[in-house]
Amino acid sequence: MIIADRKPLEEIQEMVKSCGKILLVGCKGCVTVCNVGGLKEVQVLASILRIARKKEGRPLEVEEKVLERQCDPEYVEQLRDTYDQYDAVLSMACGVGPQFLSEAYPDQRFFPAVNTKFMGGAVQHGIWEERCAGCGTCIIHFYDGMCPIARCSKSLLHGPCGGSADGKCEVSSDIECIWDKIVRKKMEQDRLEDLRVLRAAKDWRTARDGGPRRSIREELVK
Amino acid sequence: MSENGYKSGSNLEKVLKAGHFAFTGECGPPKGANVDHLKEKFEHLRGKVDAVNVTDNQTAVVRMSSKAASALMVQAGLEPNFQMVCRDRNRLAMMADVLGAYALGIRNMLCLSGDHQHFGNHPQSKNVYDIDSMQLIAMVKKMRDEGKFLNDEPIDVPPKIFIGAACNPFADPVDYRIYRLANKIDAGADFIQTQCIYNMKRFRQFMKRAVDMGLAERASILAGVTPMKSARMAKYMAKNVPGMDVPEELIKRLEGAGKGKMAEEGIKFAIEQIQEFKEMEGVAGVHLMAIEWEHKVPEIAERAGVLPRPQVD
Ligand code: SF4
Ligand code: SF4
Repeated sequence: MIIADRKPLEEIQEMVKSCGKILLVGCKGCVTVCNVGGLKEVQVLASILRIARKKEGRPLEVEEKVLERQCDPEYVEQLRDTYDQYDAVLSMACGVGPQFLSEAYPDQRFFPAVNTKFMGGAVQHGIWEERCAGCGTCIIHFYDGMCPIARCSKSLLHGPCGGSADGKCEVSSDIECIWDKIVRKKMEQDRLEDLRVLRAAKDWRTARDGGPRRSIREELVK
Repeated sequence: MSENGYKSGSNLEKVLKAGHFAFTGECGPPKGANVDHLKEKFEHLRGKVDAVNVTDNQTAVVRMSSKAASALMVQAGLEPNFQMVCRDRNRLAMMADVLGAYALGIRNMLCLSGDHQHFGNHPQSKNVYDIDSMQLIAMVKKMRDEGKFLNDEPIDVPPKIFIGAACNPFADPVDYRIYRLANKIDAGADFIQTQCIYNMKRFRQFMKRAVDMGLAERASILAGVTPMKSARMAKYMAKNVPGMDVPEELIKRLEGAGKGKMAEEGIKFAIEQIQEFKEMEGVAGVHLMAIEWEHKVPEIAERAGVLPRPQVD
């Protein structure tokens, strides 16, 4: 799923500084699962914003709403009757959400309340880690299911670099060296020859380097 | 291979091919366009080494480009070993720089992944890593031997470059390092310069494996030496440089030398190392990285008995 972190409160307050009434809209997709933009987080942020502005003597009216998914026009439509009743709309979805909203309602302003970070999952309660960089041509079968593109700090296809130490990446002891894991697993399982192969330079056209991407499923296109 | 039987005809290649024990040095370009400063540094190395490595934004700190500094060295009549990292350039810029370097008279190059930009003075920058060091080696080999770009288009005058690669025998996972070295040699590395060595015992074991696997025959392995200036430097490297093995024993030896005498002790250790490398099976030379200590190179070379440098035609 997509992992995001909430933006610092000051940044959000700055965005809505001139507003008297806003809509705070969450999403039941990924951001609910990673506890950043679901119902609970919408309620919390809304009350923090209200209280802060009340203290300033300039009350802010905040209405709360949570859509099924902000990345789906069908659910985005649910704001049709109300979207123009606010000075701005603050979205707690990933970066896709506020964009789908502004495409649907060009005359309203939409602000992102979260920083969208990566595709990954929870490795333990409260900790999420990156797993995929969306390169568009998956090659993790060469690496026993571990992605060096997303998980090696240098995206090396032939690691580990000379900075790998004690299973940690040279960049930080908080980052595991995925190449250490790949190599150890291959060696333990006696499949070292997999790593003696020279991989061709990657074709990055399927990644973001080829320009913004789209996916077309002919059978679904009417 | 060209008509004269050399891949590049660089001085380093000739010295190695003639069977001499090679001795290379290193010079970091200035943090600015100060050509006088650069010249002052590399002049210390004139006649004392077979080639001078010119670092490429080393430790991710911006400096004069390694290609320009290498070209200035060529103009001055010294032989550079042009370093290139994968961090700052995509394949287009890399191939362009290889051609440009060759056009400017550069004949050796060292292919590196490069330290992550997090270490340097522009940690905010984007990293490239379009290809990695293994693929860079293979790409330069293809350009040289097949006369083709990565996309198979022909090159009008291919770059005859002597291809180098780095190797850190002490990084983790240690058991894999010899295979990574083998991969680099398979990819096309003609010579290898190792990370600086302090743990001689471990390096002996590593070299034994390199010899047993036939690697030392297929590429010239130059052992990396960096003289320690003080016990503090040794401790710092032990603690803060990932993949560096500095034995406690060496730190004690430097401390034991006492204030004011540690630098000399560091040099002594380096000289002992060079002498051992001269005898060690599979070691084709030494790469001396006297960081910001270029003026000490003549003395170290003299005392290690590697002077005069051979002249091969
Ligand atoms: S190889 Fe590409 S698609 Fe597969 S996990 Fe890695 S980044 Fe994602
Ligand atoms: S230490 Fe490991 S994860 Fe970090 S850049 Fe090197 S190979 Fe990649």
